[in-house]
Amino acid sequence: MSASTAVRKPRQRVGDRVFSNLTRLAGLAILVALAAVAIFLTLQGLPAFSAPSDKLGGAANLATYVLPLVFGTLLAAVLALLIATPLALGVALVISHYAPPRLARPLGYLVDLLAAVPSVVYGLWGLAFVSVRLTPAYAWLEQHLGWIPLFGGPASTTGRTILTASIVLAIMVMPIITAITREIFLQTPTLNEEAALALGATRWEMIRLAVLPYARSGIVSAVMLGLGRALGETMAVAMVLSASGVVTFDLISNTNPSTIAANIALKFPDSTGVAVNALVASGLVLFVITFVVNFAARWVVARSERTQA
Amino acid sequence: MNRTSTRRVAVPAVAALALGLSLSACGAGNESSSSDQTNAAASSGATLSGTLNGAGSSAQEAAQGAWTAGFQSANSGVTVNYDPSGSGAGVEQFLAGAVSFAGSDAYLDDTQLASSKKVCGGKTAIEAPSYISPIALVYKLDGVKNLQLSPATAAKIFDGTITTWDDPAIKAENKGASLPSTTITPVHRSDDSGTTKNVTDYLHQTAPKDWPAQAGETWPFKSGEGANGTSGVIQAVTNGTGTIGYADASQAGKLGVAAIKVGSSYVAPTADAAAKAADVSKKVAGRGPTDMAMNVNRTTTQAGAYPLVLVSYVIACPTYKDAKTADLVKGYLSYVVSSDGQAAAGKAAGSAPLSGSLSSSASSAVKQISVR
Repeated sequence: MSASTAVRKPRQRVGDRVFSNLTRLAGLAILVALAAVAIFLTLQGLPAFSAPSDKLGGAANLATYVLPLVFGTLLAAVLALLIATPLALGVALVISHYAPPRLARPLGYLVDLLAAVPSVVYGLWGLAFVSVRLTPAYAWLEQHLGWIPLFGGPASTTGRTILTASIVLAIMVMPIITAITREIFLQTPTLNEEAALALGATRWEMIRLAVLPYARSGIVSAVMLGLGRALGETMAVAMVLSASGVVTFDLISNTNPSTIAANIALKFPDSTGVAVNALVASGLVLFVITFVVNFAARWVVARSERTQA
Repeated sequence: MNRTSTRRVAVPAVAALALGLSLSACGAGNESSSSDQTNAAASSGATLSGTLNGAGSSAQEAAQGAWTAGFQSANSGVTVNYDPSGSGAGVEQFLAGAVSFAGSDAYLDDTQLASSKKVCGGKTAIEAPSYISPIALVYKLDGVKNLQLSPATAAKIFDGTITTWDDPAIKAENKGASLPSTTITPVHRSDDSGTTKNVTDYLHQTAPKDWPAQAGETWPFKSGEGANGTSGVIQAVTNGTGTIGYADASQAGKLGVAAIKVGSSYVAPTADAAAKAADVSKKVAGRGPTDMAMNVNRTTTQAGAYPLVLVSYVIACPTYKDAKTADLVKGYLSYVVSSDGQAAAGKAAGSAPLSGSLSSSASSAVKQISVR
């Protein structure tokens, strides 16, 4: 309290210095932590390059061990985003532009609440509730859309497929995307919106012409944040997915690709020696993928801001 | 004036709090429980007075809980900590001297046995069977009770060669049962597990033609459905239709349990049948009298024996540096292999009590524990 009343006293400069050093320290701490993680992953992962194949679950070398996992990780995350993004943008638009304020606020809180549910709980829910209820849908897909390789089947009778895992993941990343895009939609300059309406645009045309272009870079970064969450999600996937480590685009069978994070969670407790190093190496790959995704997102955002300016 | 200054502090404080809460909420689910357990085991020393630390097999977890409770109620002032971090991790910690005893689903291999000399003061470790449990082939198939399977048929089901329940091979072994044409979904453990090792060992030894893959903790095929842990397998088998999996018999619940062919008859997984299988198993050759490592006789034709059984050991040193630890380990392990301890484990975990002869030779092995 006294800090705000004594702004102009020279003594305060010490405080300024202390504060600026503290913030610098906080900034450095992040870098140090990141570097420490990267160094740990690299050092511990290195021995896995010469690991014998019996320590790699039968794979010939580290590349053939990690690649199916990378495939599964990306497949699950991309599917999750395909489901979550339209849903999240829709919810965000309802909250920001369509719903009356009395309804929009509680709706926003509810969506935020979804983000606070622990991922094990999502895992249990996916395992015991969602997957069981999706089995008839998978049987239907196999019967009627089986000519599409995605639904080639044979359909899982337990429902613990990569599609189920992606649906659970989608519900987990949706609140992240919704929360960010909602704020950005609300920041659209009122003048732009009113100008569009004045030119005779309907509400949807106004959103298409004024709100979405303004929010484009924000949407991209929101989706990328969601992607980061989906890539790294561990417990929910480990519990829901029937992972076999195959590479397949078949979304509804009971043999599915595993993901890096889920594989680490499943294999670590009983692993010893080089097998642990192999798991750490796969963790390094996930670390790099997440990094690349984040940099790609920044690049996309920066570029779209340039073209808009 | 006062109001504004309060607000100035309050708004960022609330914001920071909200951020912190949401961040911790995001992170909470990803923490693996195993890291806490490793820390707990590593931070508590091995020679605390009145405290005995062990680690290892998660299959023994429920039994160890019962033994801990029984031993502590008989000896107030003693605390036994058992960390179910997995057999591999438990043995590693034991060999590093971090814990006084280990529980393991597999006996020590020759290299591990040799390196146990380092921590045990020149002598190799004592291994005594402590937990024998039948592994059941559990299935869910409406209208079919008392399924009977020969090892060859089971192998073909689990490797995906037999795909429907009305396959002639299954029909031939279950005369009179109305088998539907439902697709079979074999469920296996997606995590590494001693249970998987016993099942693959059983199938490899009893049906080598149909199951050429060697025994291992990792499931050898990419087909079939994977599920995390015993509870995951049970959940997957229960939720599906036409599913079959394997799990500790005590966990089967309401699921159907298959009887497996031994000799010319079919045997269901019961505690008695499992104990019988352990009785006809041979000790590993070339090991001392206190090392009771045994190779389960999977191919036995003994009537009423159930050879698909998990034999889990307690592993300890024959000598300890300080008398307190030696007494604690000796006391605890004596209780574990005694008929009281075995009965307590049977009640808590549904395991098969050691037979009289096994129990007495295990008792005389752990009685050797002394101070050096």
